[in-house]
Amino acid sequence: MFDYHALAPDFIVAGTVLAVLGADLFLPQSRKWLGAVVGILGLTLALIPVVTLAASDDQVRSMLDGSYVVDDFALVLKVFFILTGYVVLLMSVAYIEGDRYYQGEYYFLVLASLLGGMVMASSRDLLSLFVGLELVSGPAFLLAGWRKADARSNEAALKFFVIGVLSAAILAYGMSLVYGMTGSLNFEDIRAASASVAEEPVFVLGILLVLVGFGFKVSAVPFHFWAPDTYEGAPTPVTAYLSVGSKAAGFVGILLVSYIAFAGAPDIWGPALWILAALSMIVGNLVALRQENIVRLLAYSSIAHAGFMLVPFAVAGLVEGESLAQAFEATVSYVLIYGIMNLGAFAVVIAGARRTGSGQIKDWAGLGTYAPGIGILVTIFFFSLAGIPPLAGWYAKFVMFLAVLQNANGWTVALAAIAAVNAVIALYYYARVVQSVWMDPAPAELHPEPAPAGVAPSLVLAFGILAVAVVVVGVYPEAIGRFAEAASAIAGG
Amino acid sequence: MEWFDNGWGLSLVVFVPLVGALALLLVPRKDEETAKWLALLTATVSLFFAVVAAFRFDYGDAGALQLGTKLDWIPAIGSDYEIGIDGISLPLLVLSAAVVVLAIVYSWDHWPEPHNPKGFLALMLFLATGMAGTFVAQDLVLFFIFFELVLLPMYFMIGIWGDKSKIKLPGFDREVETRLYASIKFFLFTLFGSAFMLLGFLALRLHPDSGTFSIPELADLGAAGTFTGTFAFLVFGALFLGFAVKVPMWPLHTWLPDAHTAAPTVGSVLLAAILLKLGSYGFIRIAIPILPEEAKAWAPAIAILAVIAIIYGSLACLAQTDMKRLIAFSSVGHMGFVMLGIATLTPVGITAAVIGMVAHGVITGMLFFLAGSMQHRYHTREMSRLGGNLKLMPILGGMLGFTAMASLGLPGLAGFWGEFMALLGSYQPLDGLNLGVFRTAMVVGAIGTVLTAGYLLWMLQKVNLGEPKEEWEGHEFHDVDRYEMAAWVPLLISIVAIGVYPKIVTGAANDAVQALMDKAF
Repeated sequence: MFDYHALAPDFIVAGTVLAVLGADLFLPQSRKWLGAVVGILGLTLALIPVVTLAASDDQVRSMLDGSYVVDDFALVLKVFFILTGYVVLLMSVAYIEGDRYYQGEYYFLVLASLLGGMVMASSRDLLSLFVGLELVSGPAFLLAGWRKADARSNEAALKFFVIGVLSAAILAYGMSLVYGMTGSLNFEDIRAASASVAEEPVFVLGILLVLVGFGFKVSAVPFHFWAPDTYEGAPTPVTAYLSVGSKAAGFVGILLVSYIAFAGAPDIWGPALWILAALSMIVGNLVALRQENIVRLLAYSSIAHAGFMLVPFAVAGLVEGESLAQAFEATVSYVLIYGIMNLGAFAVVIAGARRTGSGQIKDWAGLGTYAPGIGILVTIFFFSLAGIPPLAGWYAKFVMFLAVLQNANGWTVALAAIAAVNAVIALYYYARVVQSVWMDPAPAELHPEPAPAGVAPSLVLAFGILAVAVVVVGVYPEAIGRFAEAASAIAGG
Repeated sequence: MEWFDNGWGLSLVVFVPLVGALALLLVPRKDEETAKWLALLTATVSLFFAVVAAFRFDYGDAGALQLGTKLDWIPAIGSDYEIGIDGISLPLLVLSAAVVVLAIVYSWDHWPEPHNPKGFLALMLFLATGMAGTFVAQDLVLFFIFFELVLLPMYFMIGIWGDKSKIKLPGFDREVETRLYASIKFFLFTLFGSAFMLLGFLALRLHPDSGTFSIPELADLGAAGTFTGTFAFLVFGALFLGFAVKVPMWPLHTWLPDAHTAAPTVGSVLLAAILLKLGSYGFIRIAIPILPEEAKAWAPAIAILAVIAIIYGSLACLAQTDMKRLIAFSSVGHMGFVMLGIATLTPVGITAAVIGMVAHGVITGMLFFLAGSMQHRYHTREMSRLGGNLKLMPILGGMLGFTAMASLGLPGLAGFWGEFMALLGSYQPLDGLNLGVFRTAMVVGAIGTVLTAGYLLWMLQKVNLGEPKEEWEGHEFHDVDRYEMAAWVPLLISIVAIGVYPKIVTGAANDAVQALMDKAF
């Protein structure tokens, strides 16, 4: 019944979660950072069974009557979550150490949330998907409120919590309607049963409510309003995690329910996601233009990116087979690449905010002249987000356009045109940060004085990994494309 | 030399500067001499390979793609590393490699504020890779990457080293520095065009009968009449937006005067000499061969826009008080002649466009060098304050006079052929094109040549002739120094050489254009 080889990555991470919590009991205050080391070691260990699974002959390992599956999609996403965990831990060490409280618990929560993402990647029924999603969200609520003395952080956590609970309720309600109409929680069974109930209003409502629930999770407009406040108030490494790990978990959910469970009803979710995609791109980008704070700017940018990631869904109702897999692949590629570059952007915000003592764009003026390393990293990650070749972001947008234009009709061409115009608008606000860093004069008196010690070694390591990844993927996109292609075998097959 | 012909040679031309740029990042900032020599070395190596390519090139078969290769690059989307050159790309490739070397030589002792040669040179080398890559790419995705690669370095060049004077924009309360405004405007305009160009590329790949990004394969399909109807119309429109912004064609040109004027001297030179050609090259390499029927349908419109650009550019020049801005607007007019040549869709017209591109590259590049050096000495570009330059600096003034003559199309110098042949081509455009439109365009274009002569002579009269203004009395002016001499003499020689012996360019380009036209129409 259980295939322990297939479950090994999840088990190892689960064990790591407990080990981190246990280790925290015995670590003296000055050595709390060792918790992160334990976490990183555990994550590394979890990669071993992933590799052996990928190399094994069994392409699909199915458990619990097909409710829990380890296939290429699951493996690719598990690796993504593990690597996200790596980077988030590296970003956190120096940042959290400054606060001097609950460090062990912090690492525990990050890893627990990641585990939820890994579970979701394998979920093939509504119930395990829901449980996985709640495991992602629960710890994230706590993490958002980490700065307990900071009112903004409290506000961030409270907003995030209220919206999170609301969206979970909507999601559960939608799932219950779907279950009621199809008599099953399993994706394959729902797909098989959906043909006979596709016309039923209750079933349509169920699908739409599920999408709304995930829409909150990925912060798509109009379910986005919590994101900027939460992102701004939460500690920056947590924000990085929310905007990458938590959002990717949301996309895992949308991908699985749309392309597998509701594969029989793309004419319901296709148009709905068309609207979400268009709104997210337009609203996210236009509001980002007016931001003065870099974290808020990145929050709106991440809303806009959610829109770009939703674009390929709009075409899914019009194509089948190979082309459907192509649309799926486009979103997976986008999520993976977005993860790399957005983590990089937040890492550089940590370094830049530490160096300048501020998160306002204008206070970063001249940063490139007195801290050229940070300046170059800002350039790399922000222009990658803007999609400028030869940085990784271009490929994400490229496959997105390729997918949506596969079946050209008025609607898809219109969405592609909206995306193209938005890609140009987005450049303006990313370039504003770069302009401030390189072209505006540095203030006469640098704040804070004396200049703080350089960037923490753990953060340097994170930068190294991310910057290399952004450039390598940009020049040789097959490095991501191959995995996205493997992951998309489950759609349209 | 087998390895050289198998794509390695061209790859070296393209990527040696990139390696140089990365190596530059490792050079300590204080060590300017090392940085300069390293940049010069890599640019020269790149030029060397470009020249070797010109010698290895089989001129008897100039219409075929040569010295290229095709390797797997991104199988997930079916894109290959496919490169190669024919007689149209060859002169442009050599030109771009050469101009970069000259730009580095010129920079040797002329660093715009805020100095930092290391960063400046690294950007220049990045730019070199993007420019050369665009001319060798034979795959749409690869072309797109190189086409976009030039944006970042030029954005930084204008934004960091550009003009720091303030301007007030209509509709805004605050003043902004010219460089900031110009750099982001350049970036946004070009990105806007290329976003739509990319959609066009994808549409070509996704057409049910195509399934490839390879430019030669798409051209075969295009010649066979694969792309038709609304599809072809929309795709051509998308490509048109991308290339027309870059050329730039009226009315999408407004970024150009700002960018050229604000850019540091070397930036203006590279912009004028090479970057503008990426657009017109795109028309010749991609839009016309792949969508010949649409090219026919759009040709009269392109011709009309081209002559509007010629007339508008000339008239705008007459309204300028700023010397550099005048030269920038003259580019609008000159690229108008290039586009007029392309619009005729005849071998004569397109050969005119190729030679016009090369000629404009050396001549306008030279004019921007001169304008930059004059600004360096006078600390102003206002023509009303200049005058008697020929007396103050005889050599520099003489060069300015000579280059202006070349620019206005004096027979015997490089600028003549492009204008003359473009007008010739529009007398007898491709069969089936509206004769009335093209003959009118020819007449209007001819008037444009007169206006061109008018504004250049007017500029010479204000800047070069007459007596020096009182404010310069007692000033010692340093005439052309040795770095300037080293950078400029090759350009001046090539202006004469192309003028008296245009076969330098057309020798390769003529057959290639002929082959391209035979296939397409």
